[in-house]
Amino acid sequence: MKNTLWAVICLVLLAGPAFAWQPPAAQGEFVPATPGASTEQLPAAPLVIAAYAFVWVAAMGYVWTIARRLTKVEQDLHALERKSPTKR
Amino acid sequence: MNRIFAPLVALAGMLFASAPFLIAQAPYESTMGLVQKIFYFHVPSWMAMYTAIAVCGVASALYLFRGGKTADAYAVAGAEVAVLFGLMGLVTGPLWGRKAWGVWWQWDVRLTTALLMELIFVSCLLVRKYGGPGSEKLAAATALFGAATAPFVYKSVDIWRTVHPKTSVVPELLKGSMPGSGLPFLVSALAFVLLATVLIMLRVDLAKRQATLDELYLAYEDS
Repeated sequence: MKNTLWAVICLVLLAGPAFAWQPPAAQGEFVPATPGASTEQLPAAPLVIAAYAFVWVAAMGYVWTIARRLTKVEQDLHALERKSPTKR
Repeated sequence: MNRIFAPLVALAGMLFASAPFLIAQAPYESTMGLVQKIFYFHVPSWMAMYTAIAVCGVASALYLFRGGKTADAYAVAGAEVAVLFGLMGLVTGPLWGRKAWGVWWQWDVRLTTALLMELIFVSCLLVRKYGGPGSEKLAAATALFGAATAPFVYKSVDIWRTVHPKTSVVPELLKGSMPGSGLPFLVSALAFVLLATVLIMLRVDLAKRQATLDELYLAYEDS
């Protein structure tokens, strides 16, 4: 009797994890979305526009920095010329 | 400035102006849909970066082993333009991946090595700017190291398993895997490579003027 009781206790203890590992019940049918509810999680158009816009802004920004640096170098060259007109 | 500069600018401008219309006409990819059109700017930006890296790598090697101001000017111009186009690739890629993969970023081998390559060229520019006298040689060595990593970054998707599309995507596209998308891609790729060329020429001109100014300052101080 005592052995049988122990066997039942062990069986219950071992069966616990086995039941716990069971996957959730499979979906038996599809459920239609509620009318008007949002079903599309992420629209693509803003991502495409953002990618194209970034390329343009980055290219134009770089051209602007080069133009600014060129202007600065030209100004420095002229300033140096004025300081020492015979040096160039 | 070089005589071919103005025609190159005009051609790049025309191609950039026509590319969006051609891309709009290109067909949608079956699984990704509209977001796949980022491909027409994303891949050409990496092609432009590789063009700049090639210029920077060759010029850096010449400057390291032979010296010369022209080689140095091309090295710094190539590094700067490589960083610019690398940034474009690193920004447009996650915008595409957010929709295609569901995440902005994935630490897989292509994305990680591309980021590291970008950081190498950023470090090259930082060394030049803040490294003090003689930093040009150190920057050239860093750029040479960056250029050596470029082929590994390109082939990484074929060697390791990654979420990123393989290199065969572009050749297959040009062979006609997606009819109607070859021409937009070619026009966009040519526009980006031309833009990189034009920007390198502009930056070389700036570097030469800066070198002239530095020489004049030294001569003025010595007198």
